Amino acid sequence: MTERSAGTIAARAGGVPALGRRGGGKRRRGPSAYATLVALVALAAVMLIPFAVVLLNAVKTPEDYSANGPLAPPERVSFEAITGFWERVGFGQVLLNSALISGSVAVLAVLLSVLNAYALGIGRIKGRMWVLAVLLLANTLPQESLVYPLYYLSKQVGLYDTRLSVIIVFTVIQSAFGTYLLSSVLGAFPRPLLEAARIDGAGRWRVLWQVVVPVIRPTLAVLAVFFFVWTWNEFLIPLVFLVGNDNQTVSVALGVLQGQRLMDATMSSAASLLGLLPTVVFFLIFQRTLSRGLTAGAVK
Amino acid sequence: MTATTWRRDRLGYLPYLVPGLALFTGVIGVPFAMNVAVSLTEWDGVGTPAWAALANYRELAGDGEFWSSFRNNVLVIVAMAIVPTGIGLVLAALLTDLVDRHFGPRPASVLRACLYLPQVLPVVIAGVVWSWLLDPDDGAVNAVLGAVGLDALAHDWLGDPATALWTVMVVMVWVQIGFPLVVFMSGLQRVDPSLYEAAEIDGASWARRFRHVTVPQIRPEIFVVLLWTTIAALKVFGPIYVLTKGGPGGATNVPSYYSYQNFFDKTDVGYGAAISTVLTLIIVALTVVFLRAQNAAEPEPS
Repeated sequence: MTERSAGTIAARAGGVPALGRRGGGKRRRGPSAYATLVALVALAAVMLIPFAVVLLNAVKTPEDYSANGPLAPPERVSFEAITGFWERVGFGQVLLNSALISGSVAVLAVLLSVLNAYALGIGRIKGRMWVLAVLLLANTLPQESLVYPLYYLSKQVGLYDTRLSVIIVFTVIQSAFGTYLLSSVLGAFPRPLLEAARIDGAGRWRVLWQVVVPVIRPTLAVLAVFFFVWTWNEFLIPLVFLVGNDNQTVSVALGVLQGQRLMDATMSSAASLLGLLPTVVFFLIFQRTLSRGLTAGAVK
Repeated sequence: MTATTWRRDRLGYLPYLVPGLALFTGVIGVPFAMNVAVSLTEWDGVGTPAWAALANYRELAGDGEFWSSFRNNVLVIVAMAIVPTGIGLVLAALLTDLVDRHFGPRPASVLRACLYLPQVLPVVIAGVVWSWLLDPDDGAVNAVLGAVGLDALAHDWLGDPATALWTVMVVMVWVQIGFPLVVFMSGLQRVDPSLYEAAEIDGASWARRFRHVTVPQIRPEIFVVLLWTTIAALKVFGPIYVLTKGGPGGATNVPSYYSYQNFFDKTDVGYGAAISTVLTLIIVALTVVFLRAQNAAEPEPS
């Protein structure tokens, strides 16, 4: 059971029986609650239609597709397109590269965001707004304008066509959002918690890891998910930096094949399906972390 | 605490900024300076750039295509920032305050996952799928309109200059909603549930709880999401590239795509660099105005 539901139950135990209106168990569900639930489910279904279309076409044969169009159900389920795409691009290696790059960026960018935001949000150092505005440039700069200079610089330092170069670049770009979000959240961090820890003799480093980080952990988990997904889907910079076949990412492999018009519609769908499955799985795994370790009771 | 010790205390936080600033300088600061330098030259991407001083900027000031792309960008901001933030706020509140508490956390997190999924879809793929759905001949959208007797509304959604931008906007709302939703829901987890309990016991309606509990509690997140999605809208490139390539006839062109065209299609790198420099300055000015407003709205913690 999560801490939050424990907290909710405690709140109910304190408030509800005293009023003597409701018994234990689930809360009262009025017809409007059901109506809202139905509306939300309908909305979610509409949001998912494009995914259904991808799935539908990924398991069709090209003949079936050209005979019946993209929206008809498949005549029979075929995995030809999926295996065809997998073999053509050596998908195993590509998948590994993407996982390595996105995973490293997710961890490193969260770490960098926490350090920056600690100084800006909790430290409230002088001129923090300007420092923040400058750091935000990492995300506000249109990436097209970074491509030529970064290409030149990475050749100078011998990092061109390495996964490390892409990891470094995206750690900085993604951490801009984390720095901003966490600075805002930490700017409203309850001072009494910090002062209590300082009085107990904890230094800044220990306060960061033992007081601040535990409280904002749900937000950190969300950031990690965002950074992973955003980096996974990045196209332009990986395309320019990772020219070797051994270093390619999923998005680049997909985009290049798409651009060369080497794929028919069913293989495009199969490629799309393979390209988005890992991020969906990643998100679903993290969903559970998101609702664990909540600290609603600690911050008032 | 006296003023001096407080100042010394703040200085103690400076080392935490060192890694961030060092990496920023190498990856963003230096390349940005190089981009500004390139914008002052004529350059086709290879060979030696020729010094041109402010010629690119003078050309830009009189370039009607550039200014009309900005007008399009205003509508893209509505579709990518304002509408999704509003809808995301209501959805986050409904999921947290209503679904989670009346039906349990599982339906709430399943719904959140479904609504977030479009964010996971690589933009290249989203473009292909939407082109199928919006196809003028056998696309699903027109097929559905026909099935409910609204044949008259069937349309070449992306091909007609009158509807292309509106259609792109609808697709962008679809793409964007999940982002504010997830940020707001994670923020709402900080809120003490007894606040809602108390408000409900006091007989506050859902709308009142929304206004007086939900919105004030996640104000930092609302600012962050609004600014972030506005920046994303100003930089929007991928969706335009895959859906319309700025067409038909520039009806959906935006500055970021226009700069890309100059960088890579016309290889007028100096001009592309000038466009992206102007775009960057606009975004930075907007960011500063926004951060000031946010600072003013946030009470200084005592």
